Amino acid sequence: MIPLLEFDALRVTLPGPRGTRRTVIHRVDLALAPGSAVGLVGESGSGKSLTARSVLGLLPPGARVDGDVRFDGASVPAMRPPELRALRRGGAAMVFQDPRAHINPLRTVGDFLTEALVSVRGLTRAAADARATALLDEVHVADAARRLRQRPAELSGGLLQRVMIAAALAAEPRLLLADEPTTALDVTTQAEVMAVIDEARRRHGLTLLFITHDLALAAAVCDRAAVLYAGTLAEELPAHRLATGATHPYTRALLAARPDPTVPGAKLRAIEGRPLPADEAGPGCPFAPRCARATGTCRTERPEPRPSGDGRAACHHPVPLEGSAP
Amino acid sequence: MTAHYLLRRALGLLATLLAASLAIYGGLFLAPGDPATLLVGGGKPPNPALLAEIHRQYHLDDPFLTRYWHWLTGMLHGDAGTSLAHHDSVAHLIGSRIGTTALLIAYASTLILLVGTALGTLAGLRGGRTATAVTAATGTLMAVPTFVSAVLLIWLFAVRLGWLPAYGTGDGLADRLRHLTLPALALAASWLAYVAQVTRSAVHTEQGSEHVQTARGRGIPERLVIRRHVLRNASGPILSVAGVSVAGLIAGSSVIEQTFGLNGVGALLVQSAARQDLAVVQALALLTVTAFALVNTAVDVATAALDHRTPIGGARP
Repeated sequence: MIPLLEFDALRVTLPGPRGTRRTVIHRVDLALAPGSAVGLVGESGSGKSLTARSVLGLLPPGARVDGDVRFDGASVPAMRPPELRALRRGGAAMVFQDPRAHINPLRTVGDFLTEALVSVRGLTRAAADARATALLDEVHVADAARRLRQRPAELSGGLLQRVMIAAALAAEPRLLLADEPTTALDVTTQAEVMAVIDEARRRHGLTLLFITHDLALAAAVCDRAAVLYAGTLAEELPAHRLATGATHPYTRALLAARPDPTVPGAKLRAIEGRPLPADEAGPGCPFAPRCARATGTCRTERPEPRPSGDGRAACHHPVPLEGSAP
Repeated sequence: MTAHYLLRRALGLLATLLAASLAIYGGLFLAPGDPATLLVGGGKPPNPALLAEIHRQYHLDDPFLTRYWHWLTGMLHGDAGTSLAHHDSVAHLIGSRIGTTALLIAYASTLILLVGTALGTLAGLRGGRTATAVTAATGTLMAVPTFVSAVLLIWLFAVRLGWLPAYGTGDGLADRLRHLTLPALALAASWLAYVAQVTRSAVHTEQGSEHVQTARGRGIPERLVIRRHVLRNASGPILSVAGVSVAGLIAGSSVIEQTFGLNGVGALLVQSAARQDLAVVQALALLTVTAFALVNTAVDVATAALDHRTPIGGARP
């Protein structure tokens, strides 16, 4: 099957001081089948958001993209502005982490929801209002007519995130990019917003790229999980195998670092060393300085992604799975 | 934005004007010199009996508050007293000159708002070399004092090129505007640069803001992104400095009118102050303060209308 979205050795560099280039994504290879949900997991600064933004061509000024991002077979970096706008209008829509910053604070919720409908799709004001009301109902925002007249400051974070999801759905996209949509919310609201996204995905048959640093959430919501470390895709595997089938030492270490709520008083285990910013990664495996399995090869030679366990891992010495042949 | 807010602003404006009028009236009487000597005129030593007579006639010996009340009620009835130097009613002196000054300020304000915001927006949107060029040009304009830029403008456009008149007021609207072009340019220059710089910075900030990124990420046409999100959200700070600059023009017009020989109230203020013409100076000071306070109040109300998050007081937590 042709993937709806495909990252092909994606590499992104940003302009640094005095004409240098700073690498923010070293290598990401990932394919999303139509209708699938892929969780992109990683620490802050691992390049999750930039990977998602590259799909919409929303990278910072001066960014240079090597490799390719293909949406429905079309190369996004090669798109001219009209094609890019067409992609943003109906192909892929993004839900951002902080709705309060990402929705114009001076304009009403109704303006935000209907803006694209009126200016891009040519709906009349009344038709757009009716559509916006229906969209708010769909994401379970009560009292939609009143909400349309309110401004972002009058809505709670959870409500505002639903408004953002409704606005994304208004574009009738095929791909939904959700960039940590629940990180800025409290725990109960997180669950509600997650349920709204999951419901919308199933109802509209959307493909989902879900960015999170919550491994359990990714495992629960997604079909596949992709783990990013320092701008490099470390491992990709079926989401339900995340807890037991991970072979990359980094994924293993991440899983081990999760607190276990069933053992009171258990010490939290952090990964030794500090997370490496993508632009400080040397020629070898970026995780090598923190990895117990690292050898000389790991420090000099960057591992290519290759089949490992049930998925793929970019590792010279993946952890063998129990019960499988070494 | 509520009726309550508007009422509070109106009362605040009134209180400001009342306090200002008291300061203006009181302040000038603290100045050294006796206005009665001016009426006597000439180089003769003043006759004490004559001075006393003048003091009686002009209520110069009444208690301060009585004189202030007399002056204030007169002002409110359009009677600003009589100029000791011109032997004419102050209302008539100001009335015959205010048109020129109002036109000059309106002309300069238009230049500031149109050219200043246009330059700033261009620099903010384009960035790079355009922004550097605009910043350098406006930085220079801000550094040059008004009286210097006035002389330079006269030298270039009136003396060397002969395109525009350097002196006088002209007849008929078109001719008056032609005569006012150089004064308006000189008056507007530094404020225009100020507005351009603030606009550039506000537009630049909004350009990089996350909600503008959202709008772009949704495929909204670029001109709408700029109009509805960048400029709309940058309008608050732009409006604030534009208001301050228009208020500043009112104060700055005196120097320009003197330099360009315009017969406006600014020039009248300078001449009257030099001749200790108390009634005229007081009336013009009050007029200036009133215009200043009105512009500022209007800007505050407009800012609150543009951005509902503006703290407008009332119930505070």
